[in-house]
Amino acid sequence: MNTTFRWGPVMRPALVLFVLFTLLTGVAYPLLVTAVAQTTFPHQANGSLIEHEGMIIGSELIGQPFSDPAYFWARPSATTPYPYNAAASAGSNLAASNPALAAQVQAHIAALQSADPGNPLPIPVDLVTASGSGLDPHISIAAAQYQANRVAQARGLAVSEINKLIEAHTDGRFLGLLGEPRVNVLKLNLALDDLASR
Amino acid sequence: MNGWLQITFYLLALLLLAWPLGLFMARVYQGERVWLVRWLRPLENGFYRLAGVNPEAEMGWRAYAAALLVFNGLGLLVVYLLQRLQGWLPLNPQGFTAVPTPLAFNTAVSFASNTNWQFYGGETTMSYFTQMVGLTVQNFLSAATGMAVLVALIRGLARQRVSAIGNFWVDLTHSVLYILLPLALLLALLLVSQGVVQTFLPPQTAVLLDPIFEGDEHITTQHIAVGPAASQIAIKQLGTNGGGFFNVNSAHPFENPTPLSNFLELLAILLIPAALCATFGEMVGDRRQGVALLAVMLIVFVGFLGTAVWAEQSGNPRLAALGIDQTASASQPGGNMEGKETRFGIANSALWATATTAASNGSVNSMHDSYTPLGGLAPLLLMQLGEVIFGGVGSGLYGLLAFAIVAVFVAGLMVGRTPEYLGKKIETFEMKMATLVILIPPLVVLLLTAVAVSLTAGQSGATNPGPHGFSQILYAFSSMGNNNGSAFAGINGSHPFYAYSGGLAMLLARYWLILPILAIAGSLAAKQKIPTGAGTLPTHTPLFVVWLIVIIIVVGALSFLPALALGPIVEQLSL
Repeated sequence: MNTTFRWGPVMRPALVLFVLFTLLTGVAYPLLVTAVAQTTFPHQANGSLIEHEGMIIGSELIGQPFSDPAYFWARPSATTPYPYNAAASAGSNLAASNPALAAQVQAHIAALQSADPGNPLPIPVDLVTASGSGLDPHISIAAAQYQANRVAQARGLAVSEINKLIEAHTDGRFLGLLGEPRVNVLKLNLALDDLASR
Repeated sequence: MNGWLQITFYLLALLLLAWPLGLFMARVYQGERVWLVRWLRPLENGFYRLAGVNPEAEMGWRAYAAALLVFNGLGLLVVYLLQRLQGWLPLNPQGFTAVPTPLAFNTAVSFASNTNWQFYGGETTMSYFTQMVGLTVQNFLSAATGMAVLVALIRGLARQRVSAIGNFWVDLTHSVLYILLPLALLLALLLVSQGVVQTFLPPQTAVLLDPIFEGDEHITTQHIAVGPAASQIAIKQLGTNGGGFFNVNSAHPFENPTPLSNFLELLAILLIPAALCATFGEMVGDRRQGVALLAVMLIVFVGFLGTAVWAEQSGNPRLAALGIDQTASASQPGGNMEGKETRFGIANSALWATATTAASNGSVNSMHDSYTPLGGLAPLLLMQLGEVIFGGVGSGLYGLLAFAIVAVFVAGLMVGRTPEYLGKKIETFEMKMATLVILIPPLVVLLLTAVAVSLTAGQSGATNPGPHGFSQILYAFSSMGNNNGSAFAGINGSHPFYAYSGGLAMLLARYWLILPILAIAGSLAAKQKIPTGAGTLPTHTPLFVVWLIVIIIVVGALSFLPALALGPIVEQLSL
C-alpha cells in the first residue's frame, strides 16, 4: 500500500466537484424548484396571502392575534416582542414543570373568563397553551365552540348562527385519517365580518 | 385511537416505499445503469472529466478517508465564509450582516457533519443566499458522505482478499445525482403544492384585522417572512439533516402547513435510513440480513413511540389542576398542547419527535422542551442510543453494524467460538474500532455535559428551573454528540462556550466514527470469507434481532441512566 500521502490527486477532485455540486444543488436545483413552483402554484409559493381591495390582510397559513371579544381569539403566541410576529417564529419552550407555564395558563384562563363570565364549557387545552411556532393559524373545534357564546353576544347574533359558521370553516382530517380537525381563526373572523356587512 | 391508525398507516407506507428504494439504491451503488436516471449519465461523466476522476480506480480505506476529510473540510470552510461574508453577497432582502464568529463556526460544523443543530433563527440570521448556496448544498453533501461511508463498509463485508473499498468521488456523485436530487425535486414540489413557500420576494407586510397594543406601541401590521424554503426543506428531511429554514423548523406553517405535508415530511425522515437496510441485504447477497437489521430498528422505534404518545396524550397534571380540559375528543386533540400545533395534535407531534431523534434528523414539528418529562425522555434516550435506530442516512446503519460486530463478539465469548459476521472473522482490530464507534459518543456527551454544568458559562444555558434545566444541557450535548440536531430549544446558546464545545462534539461524533468505520471496511475487505458451519451464529434470526436490541439498550442504559435520573426522571416525579 502507498503510504506517502499526496495532496494533488485529492485536491483537484475535491475542489472541482465541490464547485460543480454547489452549482447543481445550491443554484440550479433551488432555481428550478422556484421556476416550477411559481408557474404551477404561485399562490402557495408566495405565502398563501389573502388580499382584500388590493391590500394584503394576512396569510391563510399564518395566525394573527385577536383581543376584541367580537372576534374568535387565537391560541397564545410566544413570539417576541409581540404575539404572532411572523418575522421571528418561536415557541415558549417552557417546561411542563416550570411554574411560569402554570402562571401564563392561569392568566389566559382569567382573560377568557372575564370576557365571558359564566361560560359553563370546560376550557380546551389548546386555547390556553402557546403553539410551537407562535404562528398557529388554527384552534380546535372545541376552542371555537367555547368562544361561540361570547362572539354571538358581542355581535348580537344567535349562537346557532355562529356554530353554523364554525362548522362551515372546520377543516377535517386529510382523507378522514391524517392530522387533526381544526378551525382557521383568521378565515373564520373574516367570514364573521362578511356576515356583518351583508 | 385515530392516532394509532395514523401511525400504523405511516409505518406501512414507509416500509412499502423503503424496500423498493433500497433495492434501487443497491443497483446505483453497484454501478448498474438504472432506468429512471439513465439520462443523467452524461452529466456524471462530465463531472468526472472536469474533476480528473477515473471512476474505475478504486481506493484503499486510507485514501477513501483522506478524500472524504478533505472534501468535508472544504465544505465546512465555505459555509463558514458564506456566513461571514453574507452582508456583501446577493439575495439578502433583509440586509443581514455577518454571522458572529462563534455562531458561524458552530453552524458550519453543524451542517458539514450532518447534525444541523441551530443556535440561530433562520429568518432572523441567514440570507436567502446563505441558506441556498451554503446550507442547502451541505444538506446534500453531508448526506451523500454518510451514504458513501456505509457503502464502503458494505463492500468491505461483501468482498474478500482485496484492499479497495470503492471510490469516494463516485459514491458521492451517485448518492447526489441518482438518489438525493431526484427525490428532493419531487418532494419540494409536492410541499409547495401544500403551501410551503418558494420565492425570492422579501418579507410581506399584512394589515392586521384586529390591531393590538403591546405596551404603548400600536401594532397594526404583520411582517411575514418568506423565502426559498421548499427546496431546502425537501433535502433537510431526506438527508436526515433537519436544519430548518425558519427558527421553529417544521412547526412553522410555511415549512409544514398541512397534515399531508406533515405525512410526506415524516416519510422523508425515515425513508432512506430504512431503505438502506434493503440496500445492505442486497449488496451482501442475503436480503434476510437487511430484514433483521430493519426489524431491530422498527421494534425499538415502536417501543419509544408508544412511550412518547402515551406520555403526551396524558397531558400535564399541573394544567389539569387548573381545570383545563386535556381529554382527547372528536373536537380537540387534548393532551399536552404547549409547544404543539393544532393541525398536528398529539399523535403527529409525538410520532415526529420519535422519528426525528431515532433518525439523526433533528427537525421538529413541536417544541420538545415543553414535552412532559417522560415524553421528552423518549427523544433524549433515542439520541443517546447512538443514533442507530434508523439513524442518519448511512451513519445510522454503519453505527448499527458496529453494534452488530460487538453483538457477535459478546455472543462468541459466551460460547467460546471465534466470532464472525457475514462470514468475516471478527478479530482484535475490528473489535477495537467497533468499540471506538460505540463509546466515543457517550464519552463526548457525558464529559461535555459535566463540564457545562460545572461552569458558569455552561449553566447560563439552562432557561428552565430545576431538573429540567439540567435536561436542557444534557439534551444539547446528546444531540450534538450524536449528530442529531434537535434541541430542548429554550437553551440559551448565546455564550460562545456552547458554540465551541458543541462544535467540538459534532466534529468528534462525526469524524471519529467515520475513520474507525472505514478502517473496519478496509480490514474486512482483505479477509477471506469462511463458509458457514454448524458453529456459526446466524445473524438473520429473531434470536439475533433480540440479542442485538439487548446489546444496544444495555450499552445505552448503562451509559446514561444516572444522568437521566437527574433530569427527566426526577422532573416527572416532581409533577
